[in-house]
Amino acid sequence: MSEHDHGHDADDHDDDHDHDHGHPHNAPLTDVQLRVRALESLLVDKGLVDPAALDELIDTYETKVGPRNGAQVVAKAWTDPAFKQRLLDDATETLAGLGFIGRQGEDMVVLENTARVHNMVVCTLCSCYPWPVLGLPPVWYKSAPFRARAVIDPRGVLRDFGVELPDDVEVRVWDSTAELRYLVLPRRPDGVEGLSEAELAALVTRDAMIGTAIVRGPEAAP
Amino acid sequence: MNGAHDLGGMHGFGPVVPEPNEPAFHAGWERRAFALTLAMGGWRRWNLDMSRSAREQMPPAEYLASSYYEHWLFGLERLLVEHGFVSPEELAQVQRGEPVPVAAPVAVQDGALRQASVQHMLRNRRAARVDASIAAAFRVGDAVRARNLNPLGHTRVPRYVRGRRGAVVIDHGVFVFPDTHAAGQGKKPQHVYSVRFTARELWGDDAPARDSVCVDLWDDYLEAAP
Repeated sequence: MSEHDHGHDADDHDDDHDHDHGHPHNAPLTDVQLRVRALESLLVDKGLVDPAALDELIDTYETKVGPRNGAQVVAKAWTDPAFKQRLLDDATETLAGLGFIGRQGEDMVVLENTARVHNMVVCTLCSCYPWPVLGLPPVWYKSAPFRARAVIDPRGVLRDFGVELPDDVEVRVWDSTAELRYLVLPRRPDGVEGLSEAELAALVTRDAMIGTAIVRGPEAAP
Repeated sequence: MNGAHDLGGMHGFGPVVPEPNEPAFHAGWERRAFALTLAMGGWRRWNLDMSRSAREQMPPAEYLASSYYEHWLFGLERLLVEHGFVSPEELAQVQRGEPVPVAAPVAVQDGALRQASVQHMLRNRRAARVDASIAAAFRVGDAVRARNLNPLGHTRVPRYVRGRRGAVVIDHGVFVFPDTHAAGQGKKPQHVYSVRFTARELWGDDAPARDSVCVDLWDDYLEAAP
């Protein structure tokens, strides 16, 4: 048993992940921690939730579903033109064929970035996001700065991510106001002809599949 | 409703700040609030539009000052009381962070989401899409205008497109209508389209000439704009 395994419920003390593990774990709980704990206990005591189901839900999105799913799809589309065409024609069924289907990805659309059009996805009204292919959204995607600015100043948002696009490219922002969920198919970088699908997938970032980044070739990696 | 959640086009929030190697959750309570929301949704007493509507009831100043999972928690608490799972007195105690004693705790009830059913629940394809043959009011290429609607209840037509002219670029088929669905007034199924608005139509002549925003809008939000 390591010095960090205290044998008590993980939820008691993992609220400050970036903390120095040398400190004693007796800091007072915050208001929201106490509130959620009281709510969970109440719902469990009333027999309304199964605590094991809660653990399973958390584990699924923490360790199983994430942007590696989407990256695999992108790499396959870059290497298999027939698959790419099916993906663009019927994203929902094509993704379902790979097992990437379900909650917050029931109806999917794939948007192809080209030399003329750069697509970017936002949900200004809440934070809709394609969970089966990208997992749960990052904080910046859910934050007011992104939700407010993506539609009025998408080029400014891209600059926040270090991306500058020429004026002759149309920046096309997709506001996910309905139950369609959007995945951006980024442009394949140059100089990757010899790479395998798995090597290509390793180049694809989550942000590139939201449309706030472009995919760099391996030689461009920092 | 014209709430603080309708953020598109607002100024003053500062830059977007990505976090390198971001974890799925930033705190234990976020994990539990997320999972409680999904698990209680398994009772099927409310739908997704009702969940969104509940989160939008948070007072605007509070909404802007709180995080995503705090919005979720607010919405869940509201729905739990509205649907009788939790009494207002119990909720008040929860919100003070006090444990609520239950005289006779019971085992997990039939109807609660079980661990064994989680993956099935997450993968099922029960969607907002409606398998019904309903005529589309518009076709791809049609010029349309987003109607100037300001309902007090839940709606998915953002303020920044109301009154603006665009073109239908995709007909996505027939979906549940959120305004009625959130109010428990039925699905009112109708077509949803991606409508492309030029950046200049939305934001004026200073916007880049080629840029655009596509917004998914239902038939009831649109009128012809020949």
